[in-house]
Amino acid sequence: MTKPAFNFKDYIRPRFFPHLWCPGCGHGIVLGSLLRAVHELGLDKNEIVITSGIGCSSRISGYVDFHSLHTIHGRALTFATGVKLSKPNLKAIVPMGDGDALAIGGNHFIHAARRNIDITAIVMNNRIYGMTGGQFSPLSGSGKKATTAPYSTIDRNFDVVELAKSAGATFVARSTVYHANECKDFLKQAISHKGFSVVEILTQCPTYYGRKNKEGDAIQMMEGYKTNTAKIGSKRLESNPHLIQRGIFVEDTTVPEYCEAYDKIIETAMKGKA
Amino acid sequence: MGKGKTIKHLIDKEWCKGCGICIHFCPKNVLEFDEHEKAKAVRPEDCIACKLCELRCPDLAIQIIEDQEGENER
Repeated sequence: MTKPAFNFKDYIRPRFFPHLWCPGCGHGIVLGSLLRAVHELGLDKNEIVITSGIGCSSRISGYVDFHSLHTIHGRALTFATGVKLSKPNLKAIVPMGDGDALAIGGNHFIHAARRNIDITAIVMNNRIYGMTGGQFSPLSGSGKKATTAPYSTIDRNFDVVELAKSAGATFVARSTVYHANECKDFLKQAISHKGFSVVEILTQCPTYYGRKNKEGDAIQMMEGYKTNTAKIGSKRLESNPHLIQRGIFVEDTTVPEYCEAYDKIIETAMKGKA
Repeated sequence: MGKGKTIKHLIDKEWCKGCGICIHFCPKNVLEFDEHEKAKAVRPEDCIACKLCELRCPDLAIQIIEDQEGENER
């Protein structure tokens, strides 16, 4: 039996296209990779729930033809937790921006990771708040420019991978939109993984971040992802350890998943009653 | 182009925002801007159907169709 060829039109709501993202915005590439991952996993559209918060990235929930919830800023993971506990058979995918995930929703992010609930969190890291006009985010990093930091930022940035690791996420990966195929592979593994998965995807914001920091247009920013990143364990990274690391950093299947552990508690409680 | 293969470039001009990512990353230099600053396959015979353009198009505006005759054309 051969699977039908991938056609993204089977997975989107075409009435909302062309989408609202700026020309050259990397978010569309993440969307494409996500749709390909879903196709290659052979998932049914009714098996997936996309929960998102607020921001450019969170518009994904409107574009995909899955179950979708467009919720409040930073709280996409909490809504996803509720959905997952009531319908554990659904695959919960949460696309978030860097600010949505780690500033407004920072607390929810670490606690979802600690619980190891079976949710796939995609952190689309463009290092800026795009939708609201280019304010700096906790991922911008010091010395970067933004509309709210015309003389450059002071704050250091989070490392999403290190944060997710120490908060207890059981699958942690990082890729970029230049490496769209790798992105797709990591998303496939993250969705299949039973437990809290974090995939950080570096994606360009040519309109604000690129322009403010003189990183050029979308094409130059994507070329930057090619030259400034290296796969973990590669020769390139060995020779230049300052490059941004790409790859799968954590894959732990020994930690119990939250919904399953919850079911066990219910079982025990029911026995006690009877 | 491969032997006996037909490769079609379906480019949705309404969805394309003219960012030029597909043009820049095409290894065979198949695509160029048309007069409206939208992507256009000007050398389709050079296409090797690597689908890098389709993969990296942020607007989901390009589809590469292999081995199919005309039916999908607009």
